[in-house]
Amino acid sequence: MADKPKVAFYWCASCGGCEEAVVDLEEQILKVVDAVDIVLWPVAMDFKRRDIEAMPDQSIAVAFINGGVRMSEQEEWVHMLRRKSQLVVAFGACAHLGGIPGLANLNDRQQVFDTVYQDVPSQDNAARTVPGEHSGVNGHTLDLPRFWDTVKSLDQVIDVDYYLPGCAPPPTLIWGAIEAILTGTLPPKGAVLSPNKACCDDCPRKDSKPDKIELTEIKRPATHIADPELCFLAQGFVCMGPATRSGCGNPCIEGNMPCRGCMGPMDDVFDQGAKFLSAFASILAPKTEAEIDKLLDQIPDPVGTFYRFSLPTSLLRRRHTGATV
Amino acid sequence: MATTAFEPRIVAFFCNWCTYTASDLAGTARLAYEPNAPVIRVMCSGRIDPQFVLKALQEGADGVLIGGCHPGDCHYQEGNYKTLRRFRLLKRVLTQFGVDDARVRLEWISASEGDRVQHTINEMTDQLRKLGPWDARS
Repeated sequence: MADKPKVAFYWCASCGGCEEAVVDLEEQILKVVDAVDIVLWPVAMDFKRRDIEAMPDQSIAVAFINGGVRMSEQEEWVHMLRRKSQLVVAFGACAHLGGIPGLANLNDRQQVFDTVYQDVPSQDNAARTVPGEHSGVNGHTLDLPRFWDTVKSLDQVIDVDYYLPGCAPPPTLIWGAIEAILTGTLPPKGAVLSPNKACCDDCPRKDSKPDKIELTEIKRPATHIADPELCFLAQGFVCMGPATRSGCGNPCIEGNMPCRGCMGPMDDVFDQGAKFLSAFASILAPKTEAEIDKLLDQIPDPVGTFYRFSLPTSLLRRRHTGATV
Repeated sequence: MATTAFEPRIVAFFCNWCTYTASDLAGTARLAYEPNAPVIRVMCSGRIDPQFVLKALQEGADGVLIGGCHPGDCHYQEGNYKTLRRFRLLKRVLTQFGVDDARVRLEWISASEGDRVQHTINEMTDQLRKLGPWDARS
């Protein structure tokens, strides 16, 4: 028992889907449990912060950390896990790219708090109570973590060895990563553990893509039902496939939904959203400014669409107002 | 402490066939204009990946100027139409990122319009002087 490598799972700003992805290993998870000792997994097992603090540095073989980093407590945890671990794997789109929580970077903390604690119709908060960092209760002080203006990817906070992309990472890639770790066959540090080619390369619909696409209408899954056989881009749907890494196994396409880009960009791309924007603009038909603008009105939220998973790791990272950090 | 007046740094991407040739003409004609916009020559404005614009802003440029052939005049037939579509979509993205409209500009300037290079760079430099520096770290 003492000889088995120790593994930690931790979550930051995330939804819990990455935890489910681990369970989605199904029977293979028994092989994982046979091969390693899990020393931390807040969603499933009862270990405390002090248990990890008591461990010697570098004593954990690998820490899988999911979620973006947006609070001081998460920052403390990931720094501690970095110290205690030989390898850190950014697990899932949020740790890798910032993910869906990273869309908060179009706002700041105050705006997030106003929405969550005041403006949403289901909120009943006449006293206008919001979480404070320090509150006095019966003569004691209660400290809460600080909520940041900006969501960060894991590698913007600590050194990261590998990335398991996806929302959530597909079980095939998770298992591949675990095998590579156990057998010592990992690629060079910094690698994204998924093939470096575009989703379109593996797309079951790729043969239906015409040589030239000239769109006069942009469709959305909310307003149009897609043909189940044809290339989504050829139909006018925003499908992020050309600017997104493959390896997911195309579950969205199989479910008749266009790619949303969760696997992130391929190597050598600085900015997934800009790369997709470039490709998508080139397949639009109009040639005059007025016609182009009319067509583009059919994309109500370009940043939320093109940077759905990657805003914190995009070149500009967040909305810039000159006032926030 | 002595204060230095803010001088904007503009990255200009000019297409080889029209706008770059126009800037050459401006030089030949000795048309003086502001030195704030060093030019990067590309073969076609359609070569300008939106990443180039964002990278310039990320690395501290206060503005980006794109120059290409007039619609219908592209040396490669279609390149500048792609530029226009990318630019219109990029502008929407930049607005969401909080980048002021004046910081990123597209101009069609033909090879014979040296005076327009002068006018455009002078005008943009002046606008950005008033707007102040762009700080991608803010």
